[in-house]
Amino acid sequence: MPIYEIVFYAFSLVMLTGAVLVITVRNSVYAALSLVLTFFSASALWMLLEVEFLAIILILVYVGAVMVLFLFVVMMLDINMEPLKEGFIRYLPAGIAVAVLMAMELLLVIWSKGRFEEGAYPIPAPGPAGYSNTKAVGEWLFTNYLLAFEVAGVILLVAIVAAVALTLRTRTGGHRQNPSLQVRVQRDERIRLVKMQPEPRQGS
Amino acid sequence: MLTLTHFLTLGAMLFSLSVAGIFLNRKNVIILLVCIELMLLAVNINFVAFSRFLGNLDGQVFVFFILTVAAAEAAIGLAILVVLFRNRQTINVAELDDLKG
Repeated sequence: MPIYEIVFYAFSLVMLTGAVLVITVRNSVYAALSLVLTFFSASALWMLLEVEFLAIILILVYVGAVMVLFLFVVMMLDINMEPLKEGFIRYLPAGIAVAVLMAMELLLVIWSKGRFEEGAYPIPAPGPAGYSNTKAVGEWLFTNYLLAFEVAGVILLVAIVAAVALTLRTRTGGHRQNPSLQVRVQRDERIRLVKMQPEPRQGS
Repeated sequence: MLTLTHFLTLGAMLFSLSVAGIFLNRKNVIILLVCIELMLLAVNINFVAFSRFLGNLDGQVFVFFILTVAAAEAAIGLAILVVLFRNRQTINVAELDDLKG
């Protein structure tokens, strides 16, 4: 069935091209957009692996939220890009050398003795009719990892509080309403009763 | 047919690319954060491939948690970046030497 290979190599090519663009383009906005392309291709590859739930989550959470956050920050900050790119050419040989060395080491481990070939890890059969990856992952998650799931929720809460606390700034010298003080105001603070003699009638 | 080797090779190449990205863009904090996200993606590809080929759902649950923590990390990292830019008017790593480390 060569269709699987065609899809795999096409999306792999797009994904690696996107990754190369991420690390080489000069503009950070284009880097973030290339990252979106990379994640999208990765999601398609996960779909090929029949890991549908995580593929959708990758698009919804990563492309939909995290990458938009990156783009938002990149566009909001007025960054002078010139000094940030200095040393790119100077470190290019070192970067390529380290990357090639690392890739060679990893591929040597992966390819040697065919230890991850079909003999050791047979190709899994497609799931039976009506098989739902989302249902299976959900059952597995809430059966065996309930505590970890709750802790993940707490981590997200901490992240929300931390992000708000870090970026919140109170301006000094501004005029703003304080609803708490407004609600708690007493009658005596607003009305002053003055005792005075009645004035004689004017005119007549 | 597609074997586990295909996906592991892809993950290894993506990881190497992101390491090269950290070397090349060591002045720009945004690209450094992006490269960390790419590394996490490479690791996630390995997890998903192993989970599929071993017929074990633990790997997918682990990827789920990695995505959660990575989202929290990106949110806090970008918040720190915004505060940093507000105080220093720059995100150049070379100029961030206040701690005199």
